[in-house]
Amino acid sequence: MSDPTVTGGPTGIGEPADRWGSSVSAAVPEAGIPATEPPPPDQGSIGATFVQRGDRIFRFLATGSGVFIVALIGAIGLFLLIQAVPPLLQNHANFLTSRQFEAGDPNNLSFGILDLLLVTVEVSVFALVLAMPLGLGIALFLTQYAPARVARPFGYLVDLLAAVPSIIFGLWGLFVLAPAIQPFAVWLETHLGWFFLFSPGNVGIAGATVFTAGIVLAVMILPIITAISREVFARTPRAHIEAALALGATKWEVVRMTVWPFGRAGYVSASMLGLGRALGETIALTIILAATPRIFTGSLFDGGATFASKIALSFAELNNNLSAGAFIAAGLVLFVLTFLVNAAARWVINRSGAKA
Amino acid sequence: MSTSVDLDKSAVEPTFVGISGGRRARNALATGLMTLAFLIALVPLVWVVWTVVSKGLAPVLTGHWWSESLNGLLARQQGGGAYHAIVGTLLQGLVCAVLATPIGIMVAIYLVEYGAGTRLARATTFMVDILTGVPSIVAALFVYAVWISIFGLPRSAFAVSLALVLLMVPVVVRSTEEMLRIVPDDLREAAYALGVPKWKTIVKVVIPTALSGMLTGIVLALARVMGETAPVLILVAYAPFINFDIFQGNMASLPLLMTVERSNPTDAGADRLWGAAITLILIITLFQLLAAFLSKVTAPKTK
Repeated sequence: MSDPTVTGGPTGIGEPADRWGSSVSAAVPEAGIPATEPPPPDQGSIGATFVQRGDRIFRFLATGSGVFIVALIGAIGLFLLIQAVPPLLQNHANFLTSRQFEAGDPNNLSFGILDLLLVTVEVSVFALVLAMPLGLGIALFLTQYAPARVARPFGYLVDLLAAVPSIIFGLWGLFVLAPAIQPFAVWLETHLGWFFLFSPGNVGIAGATVFTAGIVLAVMILPIITAISREVFARTPRAHIEAALALGATKWEVVRMTVWPFGRAGYVSASMLGLGRALGETIALTIILAATPRIFTGSLFDGGATFASKIALSFAELNNNLSAGAFIAAGLVLFVLTFLVNAAARWVINRSGAKA
Repeated sequence: MSTSVDLDKSAVEPTFVGISGGRRARNALATGLMTLAFLIALVPLVWVVWTVVSKGLAPVLTGHWWSESLNGLLARQQGGGAYHAIVGTLLQGLVCAVLATPIGIMVAIYLVEYGAGTRLARATTFMVDILTGVPSIVAALFVYAVWISIFGLPRSAFAVSLALVLLMVPVVVRSTEEMLRIVPDDLREAAYALGVPKWKTIVKVVIPTALSGMLTGIVLALARVMGETAPVLILVAYAPFINFDIFQGNMASLPLLMTVERSNPTDAGADRLWGAAITLILIITLFQLLAAFLSKVTAPKTK
């Protein structure tokens, strides 16, 4: 079918690439070639074995890299699982419901993830609650309100937040931000202490709490949320915006009636990607959150440890596979958690058609 | 009776009516809130940079900061520098880049040139997205599980580089893919018309056209992973001396130096901590500038 002589001389030597192959043949419909997508690679020209070998090797390398990536994710899950099973079998506590994580002694493993899970979820959700409205405002400001001339440099400033290493955010959070917001935290604790979120915490160190950590985390996920939301909002069809303007809508009404409905799904998935990042953030939380032997009460003024910070705190000293495996089991839960959140985010984004 | 009133009124409703006060107020409120949101985001940025500069500038201005290690110095002893950590960060980053760049580029080539629309390509794109979201600590644990638990190899800087590869590859794929996609199909078709095989078209036509953007993406990705702390925390131990051997022994890096000096309550510790912070930011900034420079120098000179 894709005989080179039919398609016209030398064009047929290299195989037409898949994506425009159809359009090329569509341009010469009188030749009667059906728009076959990728012609079989072996039907190139005669006597060009060297060319074909190069092509085949290159194709193999490229496809192999693609397969490698797919296999890699599987391998991450698999190897973490392999390492996590032996300690789980010797675990004296219930892995899912125990609130203590004692894995230092390989002969007496007793670890459970409930507290880690609760702290991880609370700090991430708190960060998300702070960052979502802010991110929305920034994305709308940069795409709809800021003059075109300054929108780019302004956007770059927000992106710079993503370039700051998280360890520096952690240090800033503990040494600078925490003392600065301490009066506000105390005020919340004294006036709203009856509500479980603001009840007195379980650590003595002022500021080394979920509250501080959540604020720092919000700053860290802000650039993720804004970057993707911005991209989606900027894609609002010009015609929609102009139609709304022609009907006499104010700027805010334009945003509410055209930009927001169009970009909502993208914004939601951007926020979920931010959540995924927050769940796995390690060093900033390791620095900020104070370790405590007491259980987590659900208050924002508690200390504690997330999955990632617990692993980071204890892992460097480990020298036996069983103890390490216990932490790897916690890491596996974190991996599954972030996998689910990220997959859901991508699903939303793909379904809405706005690719980011 | 009401005819006089009718005469005063225009026959048709006016085309433009003033915007009611309520709508006007809501519009102003929304504008204000959004501007405010942007300004709020600038607060932590300025605050963090100010903190780091004000606390870390003094130690890095001494000459020995850039040329000496902390070997043999006590925790409270002033002096010494971060040379060992700078070397470690750059070495680990370099090894990571050498490994991650070809993989990332090949995956992007597969996605754009070979796989488009196939099932495997969709799976790959999805997995790249997932890999983007894999927490750095999970990447480190994976390398630990394979490299140290199963292969029984010692902790080393190379293991750190492997973990960084996992974090860098998806970023390289994303940026390269985007750059390859904007290469006009006319260029590819012109090459095919001249009888150039596909792989040569990619290597000699497509990649050089996209090179500028690809390099920028790679350097930016590298800048991003060099600040990662979780892998160094798990996969290599700190050393206060200079170590060039990535396969053996302890090796410092700037994030690791910071985590170690964090528990040092002396003035010397604070100096090292914030000095390392500003050094890390400087290196990342330098790489970002390098990216901008590269994209200018290597831009296709067609016009």
